Formats: sequence, C-alpha cells, structure tokens
Amino acid sequence: MEWPGLYNYWIVIFLMMAGLYVVMARANLIKKMVGLSVFQASVFIFYLTMGKVAGGTAPIVIPGNPVYSNPLPHVLILTAIVVGVATLAMGLALIVRINEAYGTIEEDEIDAQEHDS
Amino acid sequence: MVLTVFLIIRLHNLFAVVMLSGIYSLLAATFFVVVDGVDVAFTEAAVGAGISTVLMLGALSLTTQHEKVAARSTWVPLAVVAVTGAALVYGTLDMPNYGDPDAPIHNHVAPRYIEDSLKETSVPNMVTAVLASYRGYDTLGEVTVIFTAGVGVLLLLVRVTGRRREEDEDAA
Repeated sequence: MEWPGLYNYWIVIFLMMAGLYVVMARANLIKKMVGLSVFQASVFIFYLTMGKVAGGTAPIVIPGNPVYSNPLPHVLILTAIVVGVATLAMGLALIVRINEAYGTIEEDEIDAQEHDS
Repeated sequence: MVLTVFLIIRLHNLFAVVMLSGIYSLLAATFFVVVDGVDVAFTEAAVGAGISTVLMLGALSLTTQHEKVAARSTWVPLAVVAVTGAALVYGTLDMPNYGDPDAPIHNHVAPRYIEDSLKETSVPNMVTAVLASYRGYDTLGEVTVIFTAGVGVLLLLVRVTGRRREEDEDAA
C-alpha cells in the first residue's frame, strides 16, 4: 500500500474518538461543547479528505485543462460549519442558563442538587 | 493536531481549553487548504477559529474558568471509544486510497458540475455555483436554521440579563 493510503482516515478517526471521549468522560459542560466541536471538525476533515484528487487543484475554473478536486464535499461542509456554529451558540446559551439556575456547570453537582430536592 | 487534542483532554483550565480549540480549528483550516478546499478553509478560519472562540469566551465570562476534577471512572468511556474506533478503522479498510481519482465519489455526479457549472451559472468558482445556484434553496434553509438559533439564544439570554438587572435594583 502506497503512503499515505488510508493513513489520513485513521488520524481522523483518532481525532473523532478523542472528541467523543471528552464528551463522555468529562463532567464540565463547556468542555463537553469543546469536545463536540473537535468531533465536528474531524468529520469535516474526513469529508475534505475524500474530496481530494491526487494532483488536483482547487475547484475554481482556470484556463487550460487541469484536474479539479471534487467540489461537492466542500459545499456540504461549508453548510455544516455554519450550522455547527449555530448549534454551538445555542448550547452555550443553554449552559449560561443552567449556570444561572444551578450555580454550577458540573454535571455531577447538578445531578446531586436534583436528587437532594 | 493530535497534540492539541491531547492537551484539550488533559488541561483543566477552561480558558486554555477554549484557546486550544481555536488552534485546533486553525490547524483544520490549514489542512483544508492542503486538500484544495479553499472556500471551506476560509469559512473554518473565520467561523470555527474566530466566532466559535469568541462565543465560548463569552460563555466562560458568564460562568466559570475552572473545571473541577471529577472523580468518575474513565474506563467505560475509554472502552466505548476504543470499540467505536476499531469498528471505524475496520470500515476504512474498504475505502479508496487518499487522492485516488477512480474513487466512486469522483465518478458519480461530480464531473457534471465540474464540466457544466461555468456554462450554466457563469460563476467560475464551482463551490459558489453549487451553493448559491444549484442548491440555493438549501442555503435558504441554512439561513433559517441560523435565524432560529439566533432567536433561541436571544430568548435564553434576555432572561439572564433581565434577572441580573432586577437583582441589581433590589440591592440598590
């Protein structure tokens, strides 16, 4: 198998799993959001990796007859980035509200308060 | 990027974590340039590294800067992550190599857009042509999503600032 072969995909999977781990293992809500955006960015990298053609150039028409990389993953991810920011803003606003209501952004402490009352 | 992610997992100072996530986005943007996604790199650098970081810093200033070290078991998440990762790696074994021009993704509808988009829309940038012309309604839907999120954020935060003001008045 020629380098880089599938190597890119494996790095992406590692990054994705790191994001997933942060989301599951950490109790702090803001850190969970960071983990979620790491996960998201990794998925973007995965899509763009698939769109690359060896020896290709950016999909903007230029004179001559060059090889273009696939523009469709780029379009998809462009939309996904912007929607990602929208969800991030929404999540952070919810965290601010939770902090207002419980005085903490640690999941464990919120849980404890819920069980006490 | 692997180092950045490792630090995000280890550090407990949330300010540093947020900054690292900005750096991670910037690194992702440079990678997008390498794989020819110039438009995506542009957006990721502006939105991912810029606006997201500002939003998170705003949330930090309204909450707290330090993460409490929780005494919870890390074995279950680690096991889940390992199993999922292994399954995904197994999935990639059937995938075409990086940059392979014969990959199925490049031989379905993509050539049509590459060949005809300039003729049909007279926009030289194919990404723009697809986003604004062929998939214009999807972009409109995307704007609706952002609008909804903006309204939601405003509704959530107006109550926060409103209550703060009442407390201030009570104190005064």
